[in-house]
Amino acid sequence: MARSVSTRSKVLNTAVAGTLGFLMVFPILWILILSLKTEEDAIRAPLEVLFNSGWTFDSYGAVQARSDYFKHFFNSVIISVGSTFLGLMIAIPAAWAMAFVPGKRTKDVLMWMLSTKMLPPVGVLVPIYLIFRDTGLLDSRLGLTLVLMLINMPIIIWMLYTYFREIPGEILEAARMDGASLRSEILYVLTPMAVPGIASTVLLNIILAWNEAFWTLNLTAAKAAPLTAFIASYSSPEGLFYAKLSAASIMAIAPILILGWFSQKQLVRGLTFGAVK
Amino acid sequence: MGRIQLKQVKKSFGECTVIPPLDLAIEDGEFTVFVGPSGCGKSTLLRLIAGLEDTTSGMIEIDGTNATLLPPAKRGLAMVFQSYALYPHMSVRKNIAFPMKMAGVNEAEQTKRIYAAAKALNLTDYLDRKPGQLSGGQRQRVAIGRAIVREPTAFLFDEPLSNLDAALRVGMRLEISELHKRLKTTMIYVTHDQVEAMTMADKIVVLQAGGIEQVGSPLELYKTPRNRFVAGFIGSPKMNFIEGAEAAQHNAFAIGIRPEHIDVSITHGQWQATVGVAEHLGSDTFLHVHGVPGCDPMTVRGGGDIAVNHGDTVWLTPDPQHIHKFDAEGLRIK
Repeated sequence: MARSVSTRSKVLNTAVAGTLGFLMVFPILWILILSLKTEEDAIRAPLEVLFNSGWTFDSYGAVQARSDYFKHFFNSVIISVGSTFLGLMIAIPAAWAMAFVPGKRTKDVLMWMLSTKMLPPVGVLVPIYLIFRDTGLLDSRLGLTLVLMLINMPIIIWMLYTYFREIPGEILEAARMDGASLRSEILYVLTPMAVPGIASTVLLNIILAWNEAFWTLNLTAAKAAPLTAFIASYSSPEGLFYAKLSAASIMAIAPILILGWFSQKQLVRGLTFGAVK
Repeated sequence: MGRIQLKQVKKSFGECTVIPPLDLAIEDGEFTVFVGPSGCGKSTLLRLIAGLEDTTSGMIEIDGTNATLLPPAKRGLAMVFQSYALYPHMSVRKNIAFPMKMAGVNEAEQTKRIYAAAKALNLTDYLDRKPGQLSGGQRQRVAIGRAIVREPTAFLFDEPLSNLDAALRVGMRLEISELHKRLKTTMIYVTHDQVEAMTMADKIVVLQAGGIEQVGSPLELYKTPRNRFVAGFIGSPKMNFIEGAEAAQHNAFAIGIRPEHIDVSITHGQWQATVGVAEHLGSDTFLHVHGVPGCDPMTVRGGGDIAVNHGDTVWLTPDPQHIHKFDAEGLRIK
């Protein structure tokens, strides 16, 4: 029997859900509003900001004039996409091995990998900084790509491992009987079957890498600085420039927001992949 | 050619020995069925031949060549799985083409073989569909098609009909038998269903606990089972075993009589019994009766028009020509 829902509870649920949704989106909405104000207006009382001041795109122009947005944007794209795909190259075979030919210690290795995510990054900042300094990787896109690939690797392997475990082993055995080498088996059979899972792994890791701030702020200066460093540059000792900071933030999050918007279906499908047979 | 020989093949998983050392020869062109109850090691044995499992010791020879350490792809065998194991992201055409693509067969030859297989298996209209859009029977035919185009030295079937409904199973059983007659390729077929084994096999290998109980043609196994296990496993409904005084009269620990070798009468006979359940199938009637000393209940097969029901008294007479005698170890007494 279908559950009957009264109109009153429908209204109540909608109101509660709407309020929660609004509260969650409010900071981003407020940043958007501030980015469309002058610096003087942006520091006024909230109600005045809303109803007693004009609207302008000047902050966006100022931000682009002061720091090259597109340079940072391309750095972000290269670092996040690069680290994710480089990670996949290593993670797909690793997850394949763990899912289909597990050893006695596979579970331990998985837990160990996850445990590295529990370590505060600042704990390894000094050694990594020194390694980067000595190998010339400081402030380079290659260096940042490598470090982001490494810190996201446990998540990539864990996600792929979970998806791969949903794939019946008999299909891979059939591929083996059909004459497929290990490479062909992964390339032609396993990977296409795991596409929803791989796609959501890719998306999630691009988002994580895009928003990563600790390593990007500590290991870059001018050349390889991505959008996170670009935003941070607006919080300076000379004072806070709310309007410009907001404009920079909007410019930094817009690409990933758009990507997330268009891929949310894929993302949800991937994250719930295999939950229901 | 497709002669497969197992020499002292053994398989253990850790401490547990699933298949004790075993010898078996499968001749070229033979349809061999491995049959036995669940967990008897028949699928493991097939997987050892396929190369999907490594042998613990012993040797597997295919056409005289030692194949023990060869990977599955190099053994020249094709396998059909219980779950069909089709590639869900590929169309039927691509599924069938996959082994040829892996073997580097040229496009023209691929197309030729795909159409030949599709025609033989009634799949021509479905070549562009994905496996998800096919019925169970069609999927199994695609799996067979994928095996045929490889032109293997032998086909391996791992309970291929278990996932199909009863009517489809009978149809597919015939199709596989016809395929064997046409291709004349060695086939090894694993099943737990003795009816499949009896109807399809040239040679049946009865397995229990990893060991071979008996190897022979279906009729050999039916007529002269080596022990009580084989006698009980082959034949449907299963053989009745009588122990005690009745068996002692035949100088045996136990005697076995198949349901079809007992005459049923409502007026006279050797044993008096009461009908527990009567199954009227139209062509036959199976009676499960009580009261025969040393065998309770006993199953007998009567004619289709025998009019007895629960609680009725019947008289049973075994056919002395078809009484099987067994000793205390369960072995056949000749």
